[in-house]
Amino acid sequence: MSGLLILIPLALGLGLLGLATFFWAMRSGQMEDLDGAAQRILIDDEDTGEQ
Amino acid sequence: MNEAINLEGPGTSGHVDSRFTVPGIRCAGCIAKIERELAKEAGVEAARVNFSAKRVAVRHRTSVSDDAIIDMLARLGFDAQLSAENPMAQDDKDTKRLQRALAVAGFGMMNVMLLSVSVWSGAAGATRELFHWLSAMIAVPVIAYAGQPFFASAWMALKYRRTNMDVPISIGVLLATGLSLYETVMGGEHAYFDSAVMLLFFLLAGRTLDAAMRTRTRAEIGALLSCRGSNARIIGPDGSARSIAADALEPGMVMLVAAGDALAADGVIEQGEGMINNAMLTGESAPESVPLGGTVHAGALALSGPIQVRVTAAADNTLIAEIARLMDEAGQSRSRYVRIADRASRLYAPLVHSLALATFIGWMIAGAGVHQSLVFAIAVLIITCPCAMGLAVPAAQVVASGALLKRGLLIKDGSALERLAEVDLALFDKTGTLTIGKPHADIAMLDDDARKVALALAQSSHHPLSQGLADSLREAGVTPAHVEELEEQTGRGVFAKWRGVPVSLARSEPEADNSQHTHLRIADRTYPLEYVDALREDAGTVIAMLRDNRVESRIVSGDRSAAVGDIARSLGIQAHAGATPQDKLTMLESLREQGAHPLMVGDGINDGPALAAAHASIAPANASDISQQAADAVFTGPGLMPVVYAVKISRSCMHIVRQNFVFAVLYNVCAVPLAIAGLVTPLIAAIAMSLSSIIVVGNSLRLSRAGR
Repeated sequence: MSGLLILIPLALGLGLLGLATFFWAMRSGQMEDLDGAAQRILIDDEDTGEQ
Repeated sequence: MNEAINLEGPGTSGHVDSRFTVPGIRCAGCIAKIERELAKEAGVEAARVNFSAKRVAVRHRTSVSDDAIIDMLARLGFDAQLSAENPMAQDDKDTKRLQRALAVAGFGMMNVMLLSVSVWSGAAGATRELFHWLSAMIAVPVIAYAGQPFFASAWMALKYRRTNMDVPISIGVLLATGLSLYETVMGGEHAYFDSAVMLLFFLLAGRTLDAAMRTRTRAEIGALLSCRGSNARIIGPDGSARSIAADALEPGMVMLVAAGDALAADGVIEQGEGMINNAMLTGESAPESVPLGGTVHAGALALSGPIQVRVTAAADNTLIAEIARLMDEAGQSRSRYVRIADRASRLYAPLVHSLALATFIGWMIAGAGVHQSLVFAIAVLIITCPCAMGLAVPAAQVVASGALLKRGLLIKDGSALERLAEVDLALFDKTGTLTIGKPHADIAMLDDDARKVALALAQSSHHPLSQGLADSLREAGVTPAHVEELEEQTGRGVFAKWRGVPVSLARSEPEADNSQHTHLRIADRTYPLEYVDALREDAGTVIAMLRDNRVESRIVSGDRSAAVGDIARSLGIQAHAGATPQDKLTMLESLREQGAHPLMVGDGINDGPALAAAHASIAPANASDISQQAADAVFTGPGLMPVVYAVKISRSCMHIVRQNFVFAVLYNVCAVPLAIAGLVTPLIAAIAMSLSSIIVVGNSLRLSRAGR
């Protein structure tokens, strides 16, 4: 029973953390361009100085 | 690389944000090119591409004008247009609200389920009570938040004395929650919080899919729309030209129209030669020669130029606006269409509610007491709550629209898919729909050298005929010759020197028939060139395939010329030539009265009312804005094949939807007797609900292979 006192708040806390992260992601525009994110992985990294 | 540049915030120290629609963004390379190269330009601070919406957001100094940025993008090889503030704002907001509700419901479902599993596996006494209380504390706020889309819609329906799918859903969820709260307070054995939250989660998943489908295709269509002439160049009294928005035009202004531009308002020609193409407006494919002082209408394409047009009517008073009014009236009949989910719920809701009532009365008569009878009645409501039904339609439609998107057809919403599945007659416009709508040159008579010279000359001009010739030559794999002293004389042609001899590509005198001519001259040899608006390559196949699918085709064209009859004969179908927008509308109405479900495929402004009045409608991507907005779907690419896919895939989609309904009903036939008998526990409800949802979604996924 005493385990529940830790585990239930822990489970709820983790769930709330996930929910808060999702809301943050939506607010900061991460969901704006889902196809773009898939394409961007193909872009080479910036040239480092010399051309 | 993935950091989001915050472009929403207020502009700092003389910087502003502008958004541009760039339909040409097709790959990762385009993103990299635009973002890197644009940021190197002076005055541009940052550029961020939104690939899904085909938009570029640019943060730049106020000293750099929007036109300058469009020029920069043009140098990078992208056509760009300043995009309106945020045309999809409303849709976006709805989708986001649904996504948030879905996330909350998902959170609630997982945590309540965690507690419920413990109760099911035998927690008793104080532990069970604690878990019920915890579940209640999670479920009540979650239902209050995530249930809003359903409660609001159900309330609206009830206010107007109608029912929709949301009424039984709302009643089911609210009663389940109420009963569970009562059980929790009384220390009862069963609480149905998990069922209520899970129901909301599955239904929200369906709604979110539906909304995502709409926003995805609307963003693509929006990108197509805003890339066309909503601007006009006007000449001030001092002779200087400037660009203004089309709806800011006023009668009396003088527009400067270059060859290849569409007119933004009605007017009379004040200066210059007036060869115009009215195909968008009337369906007539032959170019028309308008004399000085002659009237031209908004939407017409200038073939020669530049011409100066004095505006006589702008914005709401143009011929286009007249057609738009016709369209508004024509669209009324379509708004009366009732979607399949609502038709199902009209049968379903009364049935379920009377079943629940009968259960209550039955158990009361059997002497089970008010409380026990109420529990059983609510169990019936929970188990019949149309969870699988709520998913049956959107799951199938979202998969179908994805399959169609891959084949080049952007469908606007689920209702369009349902109507497309019912069509039994296809009406095609000719110019720009059955044909490509661009002049295509016949180059068979040119030898190799002549082809090279022709390409060198043609590619230097923006005249539609030159571009048509250049396209034909490039398709044939011709490389341009090296020419010198290249000069374009407006209204006459292109002149140059090749290996020391004078060469030219010039217009011939207009002839009486509809074909269009130019001639290529090398030294003293002359090659006549004829341009025809070629039939789309797969037009014949498409007509045949539609016939295989029991859809007869006809041509309805505004064109009066013999070309309509020729095409109809070669395709073996009926044709009506010389139809005005009003004629097309009347024809569709009489067809509908005869019980047919006509599909209209057209591109011109003159097809707008017909597109709005038809049972379903499709427009090509090169269609006028008005037509694309009126049509249910827009297809891209050179072929007509997407029309066949639209019919085939929408039909298999409806087939799957009906199968899904059968599954949902079968499940109810099995589960309802258990509920009426009072044998449904929360565990059985949860298993039944998720099982039926998984079956429905799995069945819908089969559609992704449809149309192969």
